Amino acid sequence: MNPIIHAVLAFLQTWWVELVCGVVIVAVVPLVAGYLVLLERKLMADMQARLGPMRVGPHGLLQPIADALKLLIKEDIIPDHADKMIFWLAPVASMTAALTAMGGIAFGPSFLVARDINVGLLFVVGVSSMGLLGIMLGGWASNSHYSIMGSLRSTAQLVSYETAGGLALISGLLLAGTLKIRAIVDAQEQYGVWFVFLVPVAFFIYLVASIAETNRAPFDLPEAESELVAGYMTEYSGFRWACYFLGEYANMIVVGAVATTLFLGGWLRPFPHVRWMNWLDAVPAVFTAAVGAYCVYRAGKQPVRVQVWFMWGVALTCFAVALILGVPLLVAPLKFMVPGLNGAFWFLLKISAYIYVFMWLRFTLPRYRFDQLMHLGWYILIPLAIVNVLAVGMAMILEMQYGWNRWLAMLPTTMITLAAALYLLYLNDKRAAAASSAAPPPEEPSTGDSYAG
Amino acid sequence: MLDKVIFFFFAGVAILSAGLMVTRRNAMHSAVFLITTLLATAGIFLQLRAEFLFIAQIILYVAGIMVLFIFVIMLVSLDVAVHEMQFSRQKWVALFVTLALALEVSVMLWSSRQVPGQGFLLPNAVPAGKLPPNTEALAGRLFDAYLLPFEIASVLLLVAMVGAVVMAKKRT
Repeated sequence: MNPIIHAVLAFLQTWWVELVCGVVIVAVVPLVAGYLVLLERKLMADMQARLGPMRVGPHGLLQPIADALKLLIKEDIIPDHADKMIFWLAPVASMTAALTAMGGIAFGPSFLVARDINVGLLFVVGVSSMGLLGIMLGGWASNSHYSIMGSLRSTAQLVSYETAGGLALISGLLLAGTLKIRAIVDAQEQYGVWFVFLVPVAFFIYLVASIAETNRAPFDLPEAESELVAGYMTEYSGFRWACYFLGEYANMIVVGAVATTLFLGGWLRPFPHVRWMNWLDAVPAVFTAAVGAYCVYRAGKQPVRVQVWFMWGVALTCFAVALILGVPLLVAPLKFMVPGLNGAFWFLLKISAYIYVFMWLRFTLPRYRFDQLMHLGWYILIPLAIVNVLAVGMAMILEMQYGWNRWLAMLPTTMITLAAALYLLYLNDKRAAAASSAAPPPEEPSTGDSYAG
Repeated sequence: MLDKVIFFFFAGVAILSAGLMVTRRNAMHSAVFLITTLLATAGIFLQLRAEFLFIAQIILYVAGIMVLFIFVIMLVSLDVAVHEMQFSRQKWVALFVTLALALEVSVMLWSSRQVPGQGFLLPNAVPAGKLPPNTEALAGRLFDAYLLPFEIASVLLLVAMVGAVVMAKKRT
């Protein structure tokens, strides 16, 4: 046989599972991102007592498809004197980084692309932070003041908050003692508790830092429409703009997955060791079936026949998924599929909860000013994260060297970090009071940084 | 076979974009090609099963240092920079350094023994299947055998960082 064909076949034989998973990620994530946008608009509408998108499909369920079609056939504008090569490259770099990072995530015990990579979590965090390059290059190449302001802000913000987020991750990694995704979740199973209960402050710091890293409100200064039109995306339209958008929403999923893996127990169901809670294994199937039943109930109330059919379609899909999730529970020979299927369900549920918090915060909090953002990052979050790492490290030494009880060792770390947080806030108040009494013009930020916009 | 294809792909991309990086007049284009070179080198690290080096290269160089490079380039007026002289006048020094480096590499290759049919092997090469996990191996070396140099290096970096902050602060 031809050696090249032979080599390709051997390659496929070894890696076909990973290849299929990768193709699924690239194919499904754009769809998921589109529906996240719809979900966000619906939630925003609900919180503001409106209806949100209602026209395309029942309750606007087909809106993402229409939006995607519009973006694909929209005119692609390249501004005069833009740097063409970099203008083309930047959105693709942003999107590629986010999708590649997704390859390192394990969506359940049996759905993971990078099976045995030794630096799993670092891979996800590092590769997803490369998306920043796309934002910077795009803002520069557009040859526009708003764009370059947006990308300078974005750089300053991401560099600051990645430090805090990384230090928060270290607190969790100290407990896990490994960087492999699967081993991190296994460590939480052995401890019998999610790490969020052992290092709550680290989880909170990561939550704040990840909102800033994904450029979302209240930290969406790089694309603050009241100041910078659309920041680094101002000059982009059509498909390139869609690439940026996809990268941004994929990044939300990535940070959600990192937080879920490290702090929220990954694909473990609540109380994985408690025997009498085993009925929780049936929750995925029952939950999906309940959603399907609700769709059937709503189908009768739809005004148009197309919408009735559509509701029936959604209901049948839900029932099919419930069947897939439920049958392995009841049929003994298929029992081996239960951990994989339920694991994926719990993992996706936890990511959804995390993203829901993102959206909730977006509609609740007003946008920060840029110097406030920098203050929060450098004066409060980073020192707090360092204190937390030191405290957790000491607790680990007490536990391993002197045989202390784990909870007894871990409880003081939270106390110490919270005390440090109070002290930092006190210092911050004192500095703010001193600045306001010393400097008469109130609109002058005390830091005086050139990238404040 | 496939290993070779992947290696030559990464190596070719690295060398090609390194050459482009030197010859471009536009500093931003140079930065982009430098990023490509660094990513291709990271790929070679990954192929050598040095996962930690791979990700350290990406986090430190691509997402850290290059971001700062681009940050600076964005603040510089490129129209002026394009008309400046591109290469410095140290041709002979550069030639000497390049030749010395080439000599060093060839001596290293020469001193490693050549196994017939297997190409060059370094003296203490470990077979691929028996490599220790890269992160643990690196950490073991750094925090055990080379603890003192590691600590000295980190103190040095801390001093440099504090010094930079002090110099950047406004004098009041």
